[in-house]
Amino acid sequence: MKSESARPSPDHRPSRRRFASHPILEVSGLVKRYGSKTAVDGLDLRVAAGTVTAVLGPNGAGKTTTIETCEGYRRPDAGTVRVLGLDPVTEAERLRPRIGVMLQSGGVYSGARAEEMLRHMAKLHAHPLDVPALVERLGLESCGRTTYRRLSGGQQQRLALAMAVVGRPELVFLDEPTAGLDPQARRATWDLVRELRADGVSVVLTTHFMDEAEELADDVAIVDAGKVVAQGSPETLCRGGAENTLRFTGRPGLDLASLLKALPDGTAAAELTSGAYRISGTVDPQLLATVTSWCAQHGVMPDGIAVERHTLEDVFLELTGRELRR
Amino acid sequence: MSAGTYTPNPGAAPVGRMIGAQAALETRMLLRNGEQLLLTVVIPALLLVLFSGVDIIDTGEGESVDFLTPGILALAVMSTAFTGQAIATGFDRRYGVLKRLGASPLPRWALMTAKTLSVLVTEVLQVVLLTVIAFALGWSPHGNPFAVLLLLVLGTAAFSGLGLLMAGTLKAEATLAAANLVFLLLLVGGGVIVPMDKFPDGVQTALGLLPISALSDGLRDVLQHGASMPWGDLGILAVWTVLGLGAAARFFRWE
Repeated sequence: MKSESARPSPDHRPSRRRFASHPILEVSGLVKRYGSKTAVDGLDLRVAAGTVTAVLGPNGAGKTTTIETCEGYRRPDAGTVRVLGLDPVTEAERLRPRIGVMLQSGGVYSGARAEEMLRHMAKLHAHPLDVPALVERLGLESCGRTTYRRLSGGQQQRLALAMAVVGRPELVFLDEPTAGLDPQARRATWDLVRELRADGVSVVLTTHFMDEAEELADDVAIVDAGKVVAQGSPETLCRGGAENTLRFTGRPGLDLASLLKALPDGTAAAELTSGAYRISGTVDPQLLATVTSWCAQHGVMPDGIAVERHTLEDVFLELTGRELRR
Repeated sequence: MSAGTYTPNPGAAPVGRMIGAQAALETRMLLRNGEQLLLTVVIPALLLVLFSGVDIIDTGEGESVDFLTPGILALAVMSTAFTGQAIATGFDRRYGVLKRLGASPLPRWALMTAKTLSVLVTEVLQVVLLTVIAFALGWSPHGNPFAVLLLLVLGTAAFSGLGLLMAGTLKAEATLAAANLVFLLLLVGGGVIVPMDKFPDGVQTALGLLPISALSDGLRDVLQHGASMPWGDLGILAVWTVLGLGAAARFFRWE
């Protein structure tokens, strides 16, 4: 699901390498059980200050439990959690003013108006954002005197997001911030996350949307069955380990054995259907040149030649053997 | 919003300001809720006017307003501290409000303080309104104002404990149903408008141990009969306060 609008290439994002700065959040060996069910099973996660980190995984992977443990809602059964250097359970009173929290749902009095609730959250902080400006920024002014229970799902989500940032926190936790939003509202949320990052706020968000992680995150932690199975920038994750694919069509029955002789070891070639070819391996400029020159030698026009870059979805599939629900 | 708008500058507001803001919001939520207003204002006022004017119930010797007003004041305390608080807190819990506030700079003790303040503010409004109505109906109170205040405060504490216990352990819908049912049963069986001596002896003794009976009986002893300090009723309320608040502190679940 690639976006239609112009999207800055990941390589043009200002580089904020993972452990160049001190970690703002450190989870090691976290275990959390609910009865006999182990929700989080030895999870490690480090978040560098000033970055956007996406915790990506299917429903039930342990994302929310992990985030809520960092927010101080749950006491770890094993392992340690440090957020801004503090223990979220025993040092909660010192930690809470410094973090912003967006729950997966709810969190607002059913009879409260959007601006009223936001104004209230602002009053709990020492140096809050300007409430009218934030209301306008998130398009909440149209909510007017409507109470929370009568707001649309998207308006409720935006209000929850505004409540997470109004206190000018150092670190913001967003649990599924765009679940149930229409594409336009998702984009507005993404823009806000980028603005937060640009102003030096660290963001940890959970998502099961691949494109969200690719668009926003400096760092992606792929979580499956309560563990982080891979962590890195989207580019690193997509490059590392995953083999790429080259596809083209030509006349049927090409001598693939001859082609393979020209290609490096570990490369595979197959004719999928009559005249449709797939080369799998480390697809670099050298390999592309070799294939096209082989085609030229054999009088083959490789129509529709295309390099398929691996997406986070492929990476996830390789790591877990399962599809991620979109 | 321009660059630098979100630059971190965290910090909790002074705790007094947080409690003030929270109490104001809680009170606004309560006053905005139609069902809550019906329970806390309309029903007590209506009962007072109706039963003072129309001779439906034999309220014993003296003016019926002198019998009714203490009972209605007890009912007002119960409607706010118990029924209203149970229902509101139950739904706050269900909608994740308590959870969300748990991640805000507002400490839990400050949230509970604010809730208590909001209950007290509401009760002051109720007492003022009901007293004005009662005086208009010819009420002539007696007794020690300090004893009345003590009864009202202890009654509020006892009912708050029970209301929070219910809100913190049951589902919101169950709390809604149970809190209304209890309100209705105690309205009839707690000496609010029906004198306790209308019930058989054994039942009367058991009903007399309820917090609503202790409160209405204590208020009546002072305001109607001029008693100085109704120790027995205060004792019953104190026991309920310890049991209610203790159990609420032990069993209350925030999510």
